[in-house]
Amino acid sequence: MHDGRGAVRRRAGARLWLSAGWLTLAGGAALLAPWIAPHDPLAQDLFAGRMPPFWVAGADPAYPLGTDSLGRDVLSRILHGGRIAFLVALIAGLATAVLGATLGLLAGFFRGWVDVAISRLIDIWMAFPPVLFSILLIAVIGPGLWSIIIAIIVIDWTRFARVVRAEAMGQGAMDYVASARVAGRGRISTLVVEILPNVLPTIVVLLTLEMGIAVIVEAILSFVNLSISTDSPTWGGMIAEGRTSVHQAWWVLVLPLIALFLTVLAFSQLGEGLKDRFDPVLR
Amino acid sequence: MSFLRIENLSVAIRGGGPLLRRVSLEVAAGEVMALVGESGAGKSMIGKAVLGILPRAAQITEGRIWLDGEDLLALSATARRQRIGAKAALIPQDPLTALNPVRRIAPQITDRLVDILGWDRAKAEARARDLLGEVQIADPDRVMRSYPHELSGGMRQRILIASAFAAEPRLIVADEPTTALDVTVQKQILRLIRDMQARHGTALLFVTHDLGVVSKICQRLTVLYGGLVLEQTDVRAFFKAPGHPYSAALLAATPRHDDPEASLNPVPEAVIAAAQAEVAAFDRSAPHG
Amino acid sequence: MDDIYDVQGLRLSLADMARKPLFGPAPRLEILKGPTFRIRRGEVVGIVGGSGSGKSTLGRALVRLLEPSAGTIRFEGADITHLDDAALRPLRRRMQMIFQDPMSSLNPRHRVGQIIAAPLVLHGDDDPRRRALEALDQVGLPRGFATRYPHELSGGQRQRVGIARAIALRPDFILADEIVSGLDVSSQAQVLAVLRALVRDLGLTLAFISHDLSVIRRLCDRVIVLHQGVIVEDGPCAQVFAAPSAAYTRELLDAIPDPDPDQPWF
Repeated sequence: MHDGRGAVRRRAGARLWLSAGWLTLAGGAALLAPWIAPHDPLAQDLFAGRMPPFWVAGADPAYPLGTDSLGRDVLSRILHGGRIAFLVALIAGLATAVLGATLGLLAGFFRGWVDVAISRLIDIWMAFPPVLFSILLIAVIGPGLWSIIIAIIVIDWTRFARVVRAEAMGQGAMDYVASARVAGRGRISTLVVEILPNVLPTIVVLLTLEMGIAVIVEAILSFVNLSISTDSPTWGGMIAEGRTSVHQAWWVLVLPLIALFLTVLAFSQLGEGLKDRFDPVLR
Repeated sequence: MSFLRIENLSVAIRGGGPLLRRVSLEVAAGEVMALVGESGAGKSMIGKAVLGILPRAAQITEGRIWLDGEDLLALSATARRQRIGAKAALIPQDPLTALNPVRRIAPQITDRLVDILGWDRAKAEARARDLLGEVQIADPDRVMRSYPHELSGGMRQRILIASAFAAEPRLIVADEPTTALDVTVQKQILRLIRDMQARHGTALLFVTHDLGVVSKICQRLTVLYGGLVLEQTDVRAFFKAPGHPYSAALLAATPRHDDPEASLNPVPEAVIAAAQAEVAAFDRSAPHG
Repeated sequence: MDDIYDVQGLRLSLADMARKPLFGPAPRLEILKGPTFRIRRGEVVGIVGGSGSGKSTLGRALVRLLEPSAGTIRFEGADITHLDDAALRPLRRRMQMIFQDPMSSLNPRHRVGQIIAAPLVLHGDDDPRRRALEALDQVGLPRGFATRYPHELSGGQRQRVGIARAIALRPDFILADEIVSGLDVSSQAQVLAVLRALVRDLGLTLAFISHDLSVIRRLCDRVIVLHQGVIVEDGPCAQVFAAPSAAYTRELLDAIPDPDPDQPWF
């Protein structure tokens, strides 16, 4: 086909491979953190405090990314922090997607009272300020990994539900749905076989965005000390601690920030790349 | 010299295959030239190239376009846009999407007069009212205050015609202006376009796939296949005896009710193969890729 | 019993959302005002009218995508006017529809083979794959098209896929709703040729909705002219074209531009 799809595809390809590459690398490293991290992330060595990373003069090769004020190895802490970030992204992202998309599909396809009920619920839900809501939630159920995950699901399912509802409604008006009815296909089967494949790319894009958001939310809650206990390293916690010594040891703040930034960016780019790959028109 | 003269115009997808293959044609003032072919023949591309509204993925690779004696492609982008805006206009295909749904009709007609010709708003509105009368809209004042969704498809196409003629352009490109309309409305709209064109002495480039329509309002026609001109001739001569086997087959595919057996016959595969071979032969002989 | 359809005094109104007041229900707009007609087995009936004539609404009521508000529709003797989806399901294999816009009626994420085979699978056909490939043969498309996606096909080819899907079940009745109006003249002629051959070879009973009388004349035995929800003329094509009795039919005939510059038209 001589019509410029090639260029779109190449661009999408590079984006897809770069982001997937970073996520595989970072995710894999996080997964293997207990075995590949050079040090115990919690081990303090007050004599080796604020060691700079390897490319700065005065670095110690035992600490490739330097140490923080308490002499804890930054690389090991980033790796272990990544475990938590990826865990939250995966579980919270998927659960939010499944809950929100299911409600959105039902509302958009069945219309009528189903739609009225779900749409009202979404409206009411969205009227709560999300940050206050999550802080309140954690105050009630107590801080911890699961509290963060539940907070993300409870707050963000509406994002999926709204978008997927609109999309399902648009697809439901297409003649291929009427055609499935003429063929004698049942309602639920039509929803799963005909509509879902057309809405799936949207869900996947939202899912990857949501994973990025989950990483950020986890970091923010760690930053304000509402996440898991301070003995497990988290990116948000590292950034919060690094803030106090930014003039003496900038790397303690900057390096986890870069890990956070690249991961969130990679999630959103992965979504865009997958969307192009999913589209049979561009494929 | 003809008002519009196109010389060896080639258009191609950026980094892809050709859409137009050295198309040449002329349209004189007051003349109606039909561009005929099936989808993908490149007939719309010619009008778009003239008006400078080619899709981003397409570009002119060769040739010249002379409008009123001026080589458009030699001008700067700004000068070209200004010349085209002052001398040419478009009647689009789909009246449902060609009008902005959230604006009233009046400004959508007068904007061009005010912005490009520098008229004051009152004068432009008076002109718009006259034009709506000219396209046989019974109460122009009400229509000028309306929003597009309050009007029927035929009504909207009348407004687009009025709007195309508003700045007294000397060339109009009509891109399948009636395919979205009912047959009875199509007839009214075609009559209107023909009358307006004759009265204003406009050169008209009429893009269509329907030879029936061509026979009613055009004087000359260009038959295209795969971006290549197969035949360019006078309408009367054409309908007596088409000069190319593909044109003859296209004529036999055209619906007609006076002779049903001679209508709606599919173009034979052999004729399509021959036309494709002609395009391939052109590509072999042409110096570009 | 050779009537496939027996339609009596059909009425259908839809909510007119354009005139819906801010509060309260939208007013009803009456689209069909009591058409009455029969379709015999093996007959090819054209239903013609302008936009707003109600022809597409009538078609969708026949295959019960819409529920009439009054009147009756009998399909092969059974009253289907108010049957619900579940009760209609077994009847679906006997009535099929081809849609106007093949881009919207073919699921963009399914391959052509899957699209044609889906109704066969739903109705428990023994070998949907074989039957789907046969249907491709019957509409003159190469079997290799089964693995393509709709967007890889031209408009005329897509519409032939729509036809293949409809005939694959060997239904008793097919409704074709403006299936050539979005196509250019050459694809239009080709799709009609395919349909003509199928009518001849399979003895299809077909209702063919169009706004273009010249197309109907080439394909149909009989024509029903619909104007503002009312049948204004119903008769054999030869008779209606030779001597139309309704002024509206005359108007539709006069609107066809025959490709002949010497014939006065305007």
